[in-house]
Amino acid sequence: MSLLAQSSAVIGMNIKSLPRRLWMSLAMVLASAVVVAVLLAFLAMAKGFEATLQSAGQEDVAFFIRTGSAAELNSSVMKEQVDLLREAPGIASNENGKLVSPELYVIVDGTKKSSGTDANIPLRGMEPQGLALRHNFKLVQGRLFTPGTDELIVGEGVLRQFEGFELGNEVRFGKNRWTVVGVFSTGGNVFESELWADAKVIQTLYNRGSSYQSVRAKLTADAKLEDIQAYIKNEPRLNQEVQTEANYFAVQGEGLSYMAIFGRVISAVMALGALAGALNTMYTSVSDRAKEIATLRAIGFSNLSAFIGTMAEALVLALLGGFLGALAAFLLFDGLSTSTLSGSFTQVVFSFEMSGQLVMQGIWLALIIGFISGFFPAWRATSVPVAVAFQSRG
Amino acid sequence: MSDENLFELKAVAKRFKKGKETISIFDDLNMTIKRGDFLAIMGPSGSGKTTLLNLLGGVDQPTGGEISFDGARIDGLSEGELAKWRANNIGFIFQFYNLMPMLNAAKNVELPLLLTSLSSKQRQQRVDTALQLVGLADRAKHMPSEMSGGQLQRVAIARAVVSDPKLLLCDEPTGDLDRQTADEILEMLQLLNREFGKTIIMVTHDPAAARYASHTLHLDKGQFVDKEDDDVLQEKSA
Repeated sequence: MSLLAQSSAVIGMNIKSLPRRLWMSLAMVLASAVVVAVLLAFLAMAKGFEATLQSAGQEDVAFFIRTGSAAELNSSVMKEQVDLLREAPGIASNENGKLVSPELYVIVDGTKKSSGTDANIPLRGMEPQGLALRHNFKLVQGRLFTPGTDELIVGEGVLRQFEGFELGNEVRFGKNRWTVVGVFSTGGNVFESELWADAKVIQTLYNRGSSYQSVRAKLTADAKLEDIQAYIKNEPRLNQEVQTEANYFAVQGEGLSYMAIFGRVISAVMALGALAGALNTMYTSVSDRAKEIATLRAIGFSNLSAFIGTMAEALVLALLGGFLGALAAFLLFDGLSTSTLSGSFTQVVFSFEMSGQLVMQGIWLALIIGFISGFFPAWRATSVPVAVAFQSRG
Repeated sequence: MSDENLFELKAVAKRFKKGKETISIFDDLNMTIKRGDFLAIMGPSGSGKTTLLNLLGGVDQPTGGEISFDGARIDGLSEGELAKWRANNIGFIFQFYNLMPMLNAAKNVELPLLLTSLSSKQRQQRVDTALQLVGLADRAKHMPSEMSGGQLQRVAIARAVVSDPKLLLCDEPTGDLDRQTADEILEMLQLLNREFGKTIIMVTHDPAAARYASHTLHLDKGQFVDKEDDDVLQEKSA
């Protein structure tokens, strides 16, 4: 009871005396805020990118690419192989037949609105069944492309980030002209960074003969990947490997996990700088209150309560900075749309994604800054003998 | 130790290390202080007045000898035990008041009571009584920055007596005040001594202030150089 009352009183006095050290205290708050905001910006970027990729992949869709190919871009699947894969065990059907989508994946140029520079956009060729394999596909403007024509539909991410893809526009990729006839959404995932057109048209325009680059197939509820793998192994004409679509995108996302690592490293370096400033602030605080601390100790307040009071001040300032940084990061970055190069050398459009879990990481960082910057000055404040501390008296 | 003795110092030594040199403040200090005494300690700067006050107040420890308070040894107590002992027995009055500038007069006076198990209401009653005693009941909500030096010292006195300690230790309590205000403060200390039986030890440079005490001891170079009367037993080191 007594320690609680003592500590509460000391904490209250320290907080009330903050205006005496306003600028130094504000500097500590600001330093913590900047560190937390930078950390959260990187984490939100990594989280947004990861979510964009991972939400595209489905567990019940089998994804086939040539063995040894890391991505669709450098894979190839011949038409005969597609026909063989249609017969693999566990492939689901609908009224139009087997739910199998052989697809092409070529790269075209687009101009980024943000920088005016050219960047790669994936142009995906697909057949009508391909749409049935995108569970959250939604046409938000216009209509679907007509098979056999040079029409394409554009993902919302491309529309947002690149110039000239508005509905009805004509776009040129090399010698080829295309008309934008629709805009689609796939719930914010990676497919929204793509242009979709008829696979046969792309095969012709890009001299791909009858080949494709990947095959997606809807799995039945009781399908097992092992059975499909065994089927491929026993069929010498097949040189594809199979995995779930979810797994494919998870692996693709790992390539850019450097964002989160980079963010943490940058934040750690900045945190060291903030820590130096925070330590200076807290040592000044202790020095500023040396007579008050000594008086309280002389009256009979315990060292522990003086220690807790200084620690609390440091934690409050750092936490204030942490919340400020989190708020700034939320206001500035949450939902911010941007694009970056993916593993397929194409631009993936994604949004920064702030979450409570990320904010907690920022708050923990602020608490660490507060703890370290409070501990040593608090220790000094209470380890100096009272008689010595009184020598600073006016 | 006689029951009427509050303090007893036996062969107390206090030395400081300064580099390789050892500086001795006291070598063999012996004294007793009776209950209810009002003792003034005078002496030139560096004579050991403040060091003696720190030893008596338990904010410093001797390097040798024994200090007994109310029959119990206090030298050798741990930091935490000394803090409790100070809270239970000592009221401090400082030259520059040492009030908390961010707390009003009542909150300053309440501080020692936070170390007790008194309820908030009981604490409030005690604070009101202490402020009435020093004539500042109407200034309870005033901040230190809104008060004169004399008022600040009276708040400090109220803080020193609010927990009803046996002993008041005053370090130059009138050193920052004009003569008239100083006299008012000293009369208040005299009142606390005579009417409330508080034992008071006051360090001062001011002979006029010392005249309010019942006894005066003179320290010079760590030794008492004058023995004012027999009520205060002090023995010069050999």
